[in-house]
Amino acid sequence: MSKHLFTSGHTACSGCGQAIAARLVIDAAGPNTIVSNSTGCLEVFTTKYPESAWEIPWVHSLFENSAAVASGIEAALIHLGKKDGTNVIAQGGDGGSVDIGLQAISGMLERGHDILYVCYDNEAYMNTGVQRSGLTPLETNTTTSPVGDKSFGNWRPKKPMPEIALAHGIPYVATASVGFPQDLQRKVKKALSIKGPKYIQIHVPCPLGWRYESGLTYQVAKLAVETGFYPLIEYENGTLISRRQIKPFPVEAYLKPQGRFKHVVNNPDVLKKLQDIADNNIKKYTLKIDNQAGDQK
Amino acid sequence: MREFLEGSRAVAEVVKLCKPGVISAYPITPQTHIVEELAQFVANGDLASQFVNVESEHSAASVVLGAVAGGVRAYTATSSQGLFYMGEVLFNIAGMRLPLVMTCANRAISAPINIWNDQQDSVSLRDCGWVQLFAEDIQEAVDLHLVAYKLSEDKSIMLPVMVCMDGFALTHGIETVDMPNQEQVDKFLPPYEPLYKLDTSNPMTLGALGDPEYYTESRYAIQQTLKETLDLMPKVTSDFAQVFARQYSGIIEEYYTRDAERVIVAMGSVCGTVKDVIDELRKKGKRVGLLKITSYRPFPSHAIYEALKNISKVAVLDRALSLGSYAPLASEVKALFFGKKKQPQVVSSFIVGLGGRDITRDSIKEIFRLLTNKERSCEFIDLKPELLKEKYE
Repeated sequence: MSKHLFTSGHTACSGCGQAIAARLVIDAAGPNTIVSNSTGCLEVFTTKYPESAWEIPWVHSLFENSAAVASGIEAALIHLGKKDGTNVIAQGGDGGSVDIGLQAISGMLERGHDILYVCYDNEAYMNTGVQRSGLTPLETNTTTSPVGDKSFGNWRPKKPMPEIALAHGIPYVATASVGFPQDLQRKVKKALSIKGPKYIQIHVPCPLGWRYESGLTYQVAKLAVETGFYPLIEYENGTLISRRQIKPFPVEAYLKPQGRFKHVVNNPDVLKKLQDIADNNIKKYTLKIDNQAGDQK
Repeated sequence: MREFLEGSRAVAEVVKLCKPGVISAYPITPQTHIVEELAQFVANGDLASQFVNVESEHSAASVVLGAVAGGVRAYTATSSQGLFYMGEVLFNIAGMRLPLVMTCANRAISAPINIWNDQQDSVSLRDCGWVQLFAEDIQEAVDLHLVAYKLSEDKSIMLPVMVCMDGFALTHGIETVDMPNQEQVDKFLPPYEPLYKLDTSNPMTLGALGDPEYYTESRYAIQQTLKETLDLMPKVTSDFAQVFARQYSGIIEEYYTRDAERVIVAMGSVCGTVKDVIDELRKKGKRVGLLKITSYRPFPSHAIYEALKNISKVAVLDRALSLGSYAPLASEVKALFFGKKKQPQVVSSFIVGLGGRDITRDSIKEIFRLLTNKERSCEFIDLKPELLKEKYE
């Protein structure tokens, strides 16, 4: 018997950031948790009938409706008088969450359900073969934002989903990274201790889609944070209560191991655009550790 | 107790008596009155349900899916575009074998946008694995909701049921209805006991991926169960009759078919008009009858065959189209006679009452008049040829 609530034997690719993050999330949430899962890699590689990697009650319905299905589960638990002591988590990939699932998530957040939504952000539609999503970073080479004579890859920056979630006036919003497992699990536990709708977006590198060596998942995840490219932030009741401060590396350190940015690293103009994104994050969230006091909360 | 009630109010009352734990819906004409009434019952404390106001029909269907997976009885209602927007969730609910009852207030499909009654919405979703029961009048609409829950939650069935009632004609019409009381409903419909549910004390994975090794069998099982639904229906309607003292077949109803020469086959509220015309024509000695189909899905081929095998001329009324092909109901009625020893000489197909166009007694008489030895396919009744001359140049 595994001590994890998410067991081995699933069919994720080696080095899959999403599989690691999903295990961290459910282990932090504990056995009194019901999960509603969107269609996507996580669903496919964990529940091919007759097998399942989940040791908790788990349901998959469709691509865009995990937040709405979770809303129904929560309503059922309230009706049965079983909501207290039971966590409800809805989860999906970035496409299933912030593109096709945005309406259902917005409805769930607006209605005030006591549900944690977890978005596993691997920055493209990986299950269908690395197509661009609303969370694909600027200038990323994907199969539907390919690099060519007239294109440098994805033409838009990431949709600001944490801010969209925040704008719903919900009590808890955070970003996390599989590169910082303790921080990730602390945030899941914190979120589940708060009543109401919560949103956590977890950065989960995908070796296949990002085209890096599968042994580098942790390093790549960490570098995204340590360059300021993927800031780890935490809001409670609309107030920024923590951010992971860094001694910033240049973004090139993060981009270089990844095939999806191969066209960027040798192009100073494009590289600067991506460095600007990191610099803006560093400024906006005061991510840079000053020598006096480092906030590593 | 006999009450003079709007159809929507009557349906809301009977849904209340079924005590769903979760109700979720999104407003669409002509379904709105039903869910407004239910919201008011909850607001007044007369119904202890969680009423989840969602941002779309897709989420309404998803919420009730989640609620049933969570182990409670649930209810939703929609119409037309809303039913289509629910479409993939409806297939999903049936595929996941979750028992549920939904009211479809039948309405035309856009474009052109049209809020009035026909049956294109639910007929278009005939393949989604739901039982579809069509009501003729408000009393039957009320009673079919009780039958629907009983059938849906039977451990041998575990499939969702859609009660179809013609928009406005039945949702906004007012009739005297014999309303059941709580004691009767509790006797007929015990509390929902799920066969499987999301439960932390017994973790289960629902909605797994079915690869080519398993998918076919999951679909076969639904096909088999839907056949068995027709076998179970007489037991359900006989239990119903014992408690409520009203008798239905729940599958088909025959009206003066035994000695009839010409029979109309129809579904829904038009059957009332057809019966009136039959009464009138019978007085003049015409041997005419009606075969009302209550259960459109599962399609009761055998019962229809038995009812029509000795009829010489059959007219099938469709209030929907399969654009570019034969009319949906007519093609199925014709198909069931293929290769059979006994069959009507003529099975003609008529299109009536699209987008709320009135089906009058004259429309029905016209159909009987056209029901001759000459077989007709997709014959539009009450068509306005003058409008077809308008051209865009």
